[in-house]
Amino acid sequence: MIPASFEYHRPRSLDEAIGLLAQHGEDARVVAGGHSLIPMMKLRLAKPEHLVDLQDLDELRGIRSEPDAVIIAALATQHELIGAELLAAKCPIIRETALQIADPQVRYCGTLGGNVANGDPGNDMPAVMVALGATYRVKGRGGERDIPARDFYEGAYSTALREGDILVAVRIPMPADGHGYAYEKQKRKVGDYATAAAAVVLTMSGGVCSSAAIALTNVADTPLFAKEAGEAVVGTAVDEAAISEAARRAQHIASPSADGRGPADFRTHVAGIMVRRALARAKERAG
Amino acid sequence: MAKMHIALRVNNRQVETLAEPRILLIHLLREELGITGPHIGCDTSHCGACTVDMNGRSVKSCTVFAAQAHGAEIITIEGLASADGSLHPLQEAFREHHGLQCGFCTPGMITRAYRLLQEIPNPSEAEIRHGIAGNLCRCTGYQTIVRAIRAAAERLNMPKEAAE
Amino acid sequence: MSAEIESAQARTQKLEGLGTRRKRVEDARFTQGKGNYIDDLKLPGMLFGDFVRSPYGHARVKSINKDAALELPGVKAVLTADDLKPLKLHWMPTLAGDVQAVLADEKVLFQGQEVAFVVAEDRYIAADAVDLVEVDYEELPALVDPTKSMAADAPVLRDDLKDKTSGAHGPRKHHNHVFTWEVGDAEGTARALRDAAVIAKERIVYQRVHPCPLETCGCVASMDKVNGHLTMWGTFQAPHAVRTVASLISGIPEHKIRIISPDIGGGFGNKVGVYPGYICSIVASIVLGVPVKWVEDRMENLQATAFARDYHMTGEIAATRDGRVTGLRCHVLADHGAFDACADPAKYPAGFFSICTGSYDIPVAHVTVDGVYTNKAPGGVAYRCSFRVTEASYFIERMIDVLARKLDIDPAEIRRRNLIRKDQFPYQSALGWEYDSGDYQTALDKALSAVGYAALRDEQRRNRDAFRRGETRKLMGIGVSFFTEIVGAGPIKNCDILGLGMFDSCEIRVHPTGSAIARLGTISQGQGHATTFAQILASEIGIPAANITVEEGDTDTAPYGLGTYGSRSTPVAGAATAMAGRKIRAKAQMIAAYLLEVHDDDLEWDVDRFRVKGAPERSKTMTELAFAAYNNVPPGMEPGLEAVSYYDPPNMTYPFGAYVCVVDIDVDTGVTEIRRFYALDDCGTRINPMIIEGQVHGGLTEALAIAMGQEMEYDEYGNLKNASLLDFFLPTAVETPNWETDYTTTPSPHHPIGAKGVGESPNVGGVSAISNAVNDAFAHLGLTHTQMPHDHWRVWKTAQRLGLTAA
Repeated sequence: MIPASFEYHRPRSLDEAIGLLAQHGEDARVVAGGHSLIPMMKLRLAKPEHLVDLQDLDELRGIRSEPDAVIIAALATQHELIGAELLAAKCPIIRETALQIADPQVRYCGTLGGNVANGDPGNDMPAVMVALGATYRVKGRGGERDIPARDFYEGAYSTALREGDILVAVRIPMPADGHGYAYEKQKRKVGDYATAAAAVVLTMSGGVCSSAAIALTNVADTPLFAKEAGEAVVGTAVDEAAISEAARRAQHIASPSADGRGPADFRTHVAGIMVRRALARAKERAG
Repeated sequence: MAKMHIALRVNNRQVETLAEPRILLIHLLREELGITGPHIGCDTSHCGACTVDMNGRSVKSCTVFAAQAHGAEIITIEGLASADGSLHPLQEAFREHHGLQCGFCTPGMITRAYRLLQEIPNPSEAEIRHGIAGNLCRCTGYQTIVRAIRAAAERLNMPKEAAE
Repeated sequence: MSAEIESAQARTQKLEGLGTRRKRVEDARFTQGKGNYIDDLKLPGMLFGDFVRSPYGHARVKSINKDAALELPGVKAVLTADDLKPLKLHWMPTLAGDVQAVLADEKVLFQGQEVAFVVAEDRYIAADAVDLVEVDYEELPALVDPTKSMAADAPVLRDDLKDKTSGAHGPRKHHNHVFTWEVGDAEGTARALRDAAVIAKERIVYQRVHPCPLETCGCVASMDKVNGHLTMWGTFQAPHAVRTVASLISGIPEHKIRIISPDIGGGFGNKVGVYPGYICSIVASIVLGVPVKWVEDRMENLQATAFARDYHMTGEIAATRDGRVTGLRCHVLADHGAFDACADPAKYPAGFFSICTGSYDIPVAHVTVDGVYTNKAPGGVAYRCSFRVTEASYFIERMIDVLARKLDIDPAEIRRRNLIRKDQFPYQSALGWEYDSGDYQTALDKALSAVGYAALRDEQRRNRDAFRRGETRKLMGIGVSFFTEIVGAGPIKNCDILGLGMFDSCEIRVHPTGSAIARLGTISQGQGHATTFAQILASEIGIPAANITVEEGDTDTAPYGLGTYGSRSTPVAGAATAMAGRKIRAKAQMIAAYLLEVHDDDLEWDVDRFRVKGAPERSKTMTELAFAAYNNVPPGMEPGLEAVSYYDPPNMTYPFGAYVCVVDIDVDTGVTEIRRFYALDDCGTRINPMIIEGQVHGGLTEALAIAMGQEMEYDEYGNLKNASLLDFFLPTAVETPNWETDYTTTPSPHHPIGAKGVGESPNVGGVSAISNAVNDAFAHLGLTHTQMPHDHWRVWKTAQRLGLTAA
């Protein structure tokens, strides 16, 4: 329960932070909310020699909107996401998801940036960002670039981030007014990672689905964009037949590992149920 | 690594100390500062026995480095009573409603409830249960804890004249 | 003139005695963060100890290199088995007549086993040093399936027992065999099964779990070399027993050892035994001459300290066509892990499992238990189990339901037909217990009426129809459990721990100004003894509970007792308290007679005073008598007002209860919601109803955890898969429902105040009620039994097997 030693840095600007990461290379890790990294350090599964604390970087705070996007800076905590009226009005799936992450104390500290950037397949926000078609703004020694969430995840704890990169903001294309949404998560208890979870964002027009994006959490070593599952409901009334087909296609791409939450076949089955229930709720909510 | 200077406010008192950056806040409080109210119940940030109120947030002090707490304002269970020694309504309600048995989860639980009642001054039972979902208890089964928090909320919400 | 004397009722209320919902005196310190737990203790010069532990479930230790660790600044010592050998402390006796390695001696036998003990200036340096100790292991095949422990080709686990053909409990038939224990009538039971109109057979596993109190185990050992005196503070549920054991194994005479249990953050049986950390801390303190603290972390607690259950039971029940049980047979395969460290009374290697005829009038029964070794942590008896009563009760409550299914008789009805009748008490069970008292029919009637049982069954019928028609995907289950448990160990003639009879004690001293101090041989870990034992005394001696200090846990001052576990404090120490109180009152009566110039027999007791019969205005209060005891006693009488009682109970006590649980199961996800839980407990005389309710809530929540998600599972290499709170299920306030509590009161006829104890009842009855409810939800589809824990995937698999899930 005791971490190994490290040197601690608390930069006062993003440039200073990037400089520190460049200087120390693979021996350095950033810490934001700390509730993914510090537990790993306490188990000595992570032993960074340099810890770069981002807490003083106000430029990494804030939730704002532009006409065609919602922009959330990386240090926004889950607690702040839950309380943000802008998000409740414009992109409510975020609040619904944040409320199902961890517990109140962890949500006070855990950040959106941390949740989407570290590549932990159990994290919930990656699938939501994948479903929303979000992009991640990343800054490093070499400058800044935007990476679509759907291209970001490569494997367990492996992402498109290069050494020295910091994820600074998440940009979400403004969801249409009256869109339907749901994040459906089955877990063993409050605070657990998902046995399986599904994020659904869709739009209906005249009783017919005009767009749909479905993504899955914790049933593979990355979040899964269930593209074909989403296509199964577009152009339909999101009726039982369409929902069943979407669930079937989602299960087809799931490859969860067996763990305390259950054997692989059970978790794949649950993924299908989560897709069903998320689609039903999203349809109900769609204006 | 070399010790660093850490200054913070704990229970309204300014404290300064030298500590290695890796010292967990819970250990700084318990070992360095003699504040033994918050407890350690696990190693994976689940149990919440270490909960303190840091900069107006409920935080598990086992998952924060003391270095990160430099400059912070922290309240622990020891800081909840008033300056004149009178107990916080939560402390009284826990006794009144048998909201504790072995007492080990109690400091973290009450400190969390303190912040919960600032977030939601009049919480329903469901809001209380979700509000304390980061605090485990093995003795009480939570039912009397929920009652105690409800009772404290009522007392805190009473208009001042009625309370006197 | 005498002042107006308040009514008896008013004076009784002021006492806050038996039956009062007295608020707890402990709460003042706990709600202000002023508790005194072991890790709060700091002594000058104190060092910190930490273990190097085996990553393997079974391996030879080829070599241990301490050099790098010893070179780290701040490290004071690294102990291995070789360092303990000259002191003969590398092995220690267990409470079950076995031995346990304090530090691994050439071999490790379970993942997490202690291999070396590092002592350093603080816990950070100790943790770094632990990483620097180099241990060379040669991995061996691990044995984790107890059904394979006694296979002909099973690996030898205990090299130290290889040639021993007998152990503490009789002959050993295999190198991995611990004991075989048998009770009952083999011949008669076999005949009953042969001749039965109906028999049902089932295999029922009570999975390995762990008590997981929120505070882990720990100690501070401080050897005063100048005076040859050892003081040890620690998480000890039985401080006097620890003192005696420490003396026997260390050679330090008992009068030079002081054991102190400070505030303990939950015990639940996890803190009864002696752990390697305690021994290593003592040795380190002796060697280094300073206090040494050891406090384990949560993963160490789960990996290496006393687990619970792991009983694999095969039951056969014989009955008539209308469900009257005529015989019961049970075979248990008991997985004891690597060392038999069960905290049972010495004569009972399977604890009180023979209570497994339960609440039913079963004429003949036979039980055999085979204990075996595996590559898992040692222990077995813990977690609110009353010495295996949880296993026994789960067994019979499931078997009776299995029988009910077979005969298509309602589970409540079949219980009604078999419950021991009130006129049969005291009842001699077929397996040798004398149940003290009970009125089971009244309790069952009250429970069924309170929940509206008939209406619930109607609702279930409608739910099943709706499910068949595809209108719902949820199945409703109703679980009934009627448990009898056996607590209050126990009569010295058959209950002892390592030869120490299981009596308990209370010593009282009344001060001149009318307040008192009482000390007991028990130790609270949250049960509120400082509050409740004062209530017992208040009612006995007429001094307000608020004026009675109750102390426990310091072996220098507390009278000898066997500690707190197995719900024994109220039955045994509570009795001692009442008896000591009566001695106080008897002496006070003689003083009163002397002062009032009457004969002893002319006085009658009235709440808080003695009155002269026929002249009630002539009285002496206990407060007046206390002062008189110090200056005005009858000639020939010693001054002072104190008494001590060592109570050897004539029998155990038998609390019982009727629980009903209603669940709704989502067949597509396996998620089970407890819609309602009603618990009626009969613990005899109720000392403090508020505290009883708290005990029931807590015990039911632990039962929920066990029934719905807890297990300690090992893979084939001996890796423990649930070594942290990520995977070991502890419910939060969200998973925990509201518990409805109710009661009847059937006093124990042999207990001075009729009290039976209640702490463990909810865990005994709760698991059965919940598990029966889950099983009941599928019973109409042919399910006879599904194993715990009833977590999502297992429930779904059951639904799948029964053909209920689509695709």
